[in-house]
Amino acid sequence: MLLRHTPKEIKEREALVVNPAKTCQPIGAMYAALGIHGCLPHSHGSQGCCSYHRSTLTRHYKEPIMAGTSSFTEGASVFGGQANLLEAIHNIFTIYNPDVIAVHTTCLSETIGDDIHQIANKAREEGKIPKGKFVIHASTPSYVGSHVTGFANMTKGMVEYFAEKNGTKLNQLNIIPGFVEPSDMREIKRIANAMGVKIVMFPDTSGVVDTPQTGKFNMFPKGGVTINELKSTGNSFATIALGQLASGPAAKLLDSKFKIQCEIHSLPIGLTATDRFIDSLRKLGGVSVPDSISDERGRLIDAIADMHQYLYGKKVALVGDPDQLVSLTEFLVTLDMKPVHIVTGTPGQKFESRIKEIVKDKVPNVNVKASGDMFLLHQWIKNEKVDLIMGNTYCKYIARDEDIPYIRFGFPIMDRIGHSYFPTVGYMGSLRLVEKILDALMDRKDRDSKEESFELVM
Amino acid sequence: MSVEKIDIAEVKNELIKGYPSKVARKRDKQIVINKVEDDSVVPEIQANVRTIPGIITQRGCTYAGCKGVVLGPTRDIVNITHGPIGCGFYSWLTRRNQTRPENPNDENFMMYCFSTDMQEEEIVFGGEKKLKKAVQEAYDLFHPKAIGIFSTCPVGLIGDDVHAVAREMKEKLGINVFGFSCEGYKGVSQSAGHHIANNQLFKHVVGLDDTPPKGKYNVNLLGEYNIGGDAFELERIFEKCGINLVATFSGNSNYDKFANSHTADLNAVMCHRSINYVAEMMEKKFGIPWIKVNFIGAESSAKSLRKIAQYFGDKELIDKVEEVIKEELEKVDKVMQDVKSRCSGKTAMLFVGGSRAHHYQDLFREIGMKTLAAGYEFAHRDDYEGRRMLPHIRVDADSRNIEELDVVADEKRFKPRKTDEELAKLAKEGFDFKDYYGMMPEMENDTLVIDDISEHETQKLLEIYKPDIFCAGIKEKYGIQKMGIPCKQLHSYDYGGPYAGFAGAINFYNDIDRMVNSNVWKYVKAPWQASPELMGKFGIE
Repeated sequence: MLLRHTPKEIKEREALVVNPAKTCQPIGAMYAALGIHGCLPHSHGSQGCCSYHRSTLTRHYKEPIMAGTSSFTEGASVFGGQANLLEAIHNIFTIYNPDVIAVHTTCLSETIGDDIHQIANKAREEGKIPKGKFVIHASTPSYVGSHVTGFANMTKGMVEYFAEKNGTKLNQLNIIPGFVEPSDMREIKRIANAMGVKIVMFPDTSGVVDTPQTGKFNMFPKGGVTINELKSTGNSFATIALGQLASGPAAKLLDSKFKIQCEIHSLPIGLTATDRFIDSLRKLGGVSVPDSISDERGRLIDAIADMHQYLYGKKVALVGDPDQLVSLTEFLVTLDMKPVHIVTGTPGQKFESRIKEIVKDKVPNVNVKASGDMFLLHQWIKNEKVDLIMGNTYCKYIARDEDIPYIRFGFPIMDRIGHSYFPTVGYMGSLRLVEKILDALMDRKDRDSKEESFELVM
Repeated sequence: MSVEKIDIAEVKNELIKGYPSKVARKRDKQIVINKVEDDSVVPEIQANVRTIPGIITQRGCTYAGCKGVVLGPTRDIVNITHGPIGCGFYSWLTRRNQTRPENPNDENFMMYCFSTDMQEEEIVFGGEKKLKKAVQEAYDLFHPKAIGIFSTCPVGLIGDDVHAVAREMKEKLGINVFGFSCEGYKGVSQSAGHHIANNQLFKHVVGLDDTPPKGKYNVNLLGEYNIGGDAFELERIFEKCGINLVATFSGNSNYDKFANSHTADLNAVMCHRSINYVAEMMEKKFGIPWIKVNFIGAESSAKSLRKIAQYFGDKELIDKVEEVIKEELEKVDKVMQDVKSRCSGKTAMLFVGGSRAHHYQDLFREIGMKTLAAGYEFAHRDDYEGRRMLPHIRVDADSRNIEELDVVADEKRFKPRKTDEELAKLAKEGFDFKDYYGMMPEMENDTLVIDDISEHETQKLLEIYKPDIFCAGIKEKYGIQKMGIPCKQLHSYDYGGPYAGFAGAINFYNDIDRMVNSNVWKYVKAPWQASPELMGKFGIE
């Protein structure tokens, strides 16, 4: 047993987190910043954070992840990191020449109270920011929230620094896709395109963390939302934010700053969440849903109907980030499956009540916890077995110990590919999820069934 | 352009050219054109100095060097990270320190990540209370024989005293609890964390158990972390030779073996950078001599085994070692010759932590490949130039606060392992104690040695030399491969291995052969990019 020390008996823990179901803010901010074209993320802290965040994103995407760091020393940690950041800004523009440096902070610079806004102004006054180039920032203290919070903060920073209103309403819709894969962002753009709605999506990591092999390395790949597009978000007619936690704050800021109507939806994972997204696109965009999209929806329902017997009543354990889990739970309920144990590491009161509301008739005694960890999830599983577990790569240890079919879902996935190439959002993404669920369950059935009941056709 | 025609001084110039002048001046001292003079004298390199902000370094921090590297591989200590969640999360199973408990029910906490998950409240009011509670909860849940506490950046700033908490909880729980002040901002790299880990292990664990070892030829292996099973392979070889491994620091290790490690008669040091402190301190306190060994490369492995046998000087051991070497090398040779026929003349570059950039050059040499450039992230001058220059190292302001323990001979337990005559005899035979010659004397003239290489310099080197393979880590790998050049990870081994010892050499030859002769690089250009002329008429008429 890999996790042999995990006991079945659950004792309340107040201080010790074991096997976390979250990580810290800056990695989310780094990921969001990569979704700006020509941007170099910059970590204002000691260099270990930056190295860890780059490594984790690289393991997840099998792609180069570039970022600078202020490389704090002990001296800077005591007297402040202004000199380090000023030097970093000068060096980065001289050596690497990005269009934007997007600075985020760490627990170190937040604890000592460095004022990034003031330092960036000083850099501008001292001529360290070349003409036409930008330094933006977001405060991302690691001791608040999780990586999702960091993503939300940097996305909000994009609005703060770039969004402008010049009086002319543009015939475009802002979409904030949430902390999702480049494949998901691609799919959201495809859907909007098929609907005939012009959108600006930010951040957009497609074409950045899923680049083709060309024999050339571009530090700043083709993808990413451009600065002009970001500026124009202040003139859009509305905003759709996907994922309350990751995208809500930026959408609300656009609303309060420029009176841009915003609709905040669940991530469009699964049938009903996608329905709401499409319907929102249709209404806000004043378009009708094309047959191609309705057909995709029909194919998804067809597949569910065809294979319903293998899904019905199956118990599932889930771990991941709140926005994803809310939609995934809803989808599993749609499939007549039973999500019985649900854990996120990201704190937040609303998560538990929202989940309970979604599963209320289906799983009245659901185990759900925000600020939980995977140790607790494992203990729940020991007390009530499940047929399937869905979560990031760290789930493989539980899946192996408890011999549970397992689907990799969420962040990070460091031992397989696919998540960056194939979406889980939209009807097509949902169909892929159904396929994955069926593959996992039916492979297990094939493995476990007796010779005489081993089926050719299923 | 062939490698021979490249003007090395021009290359160095090219690497530095785009830098602001202040940066260029500094990098000039960290980029050295190698030249080995008589008596292995090499040029001076600047190393172990602060990282230039914004240059895109590959370096990590002190916490990584302490918790991630040195203590991470020990299976039965509950290692609690005191800090916000990130540090613990990122060091959770990401270094491939394999471990194999003797019994299936033995303690093994390697798959777990323990953290106090500091919140804003603890930053404001202090985190000692939560830490104490976390230690108590860890004890109640797991009843380990020891708990380690690792400080992260904010801990030092807010003034939490992890050592006081450790002392208090040690008394309360009756198990060994010890803290590490390995805040990420200390020193300039992972290196400070090695030193801090060495100090605390030495202070709190080494020497707690005086039980004499049962075997013959008692050796500790220091600075071997069992990445991809390296230590397993070395354990196999040692056992075959009849050498008793008392403790490994710290691959496949456990607490009890550390506690008993001072009973060994020889310390064999693999990774000089990370563990030379323990080697030095054990010699001072207990009288255990140390030697540098290298089990990367078949020839180096043979040489290191002979060195250990020579130290003990028993004919029985010397004969056995020769027998094992002969048997093992026969197997290795077959693969080596075959791989060499496809790899000979190809070129490599190595930029890895603080040790492997040197040792792996031996493996490349064995299959006829030439090393054009090499460097470390965080090694010190002695790792580059050899320990003879130690008296000339000045500790700068950034590293001055790393504690140096004042170690004296243990009144009861200090025991010289060799008489003065024996030592003199070994010295006469050319045997070197407590010495390491460094990487540069073993590299060819006009190769490049680069400390703390930046992303910019990496890209330039690749463009100029187009080596057949580049060895580095996960952050560099995919950018390099986008340029059509394979990158071998020499931290994680790309999830393969072992690469140490004789079986490891065979694995490495095969992996390099696969990579430098892979088909995939031939297909990077699409057919229509290779010959873009249009032949068809559709749409024209």
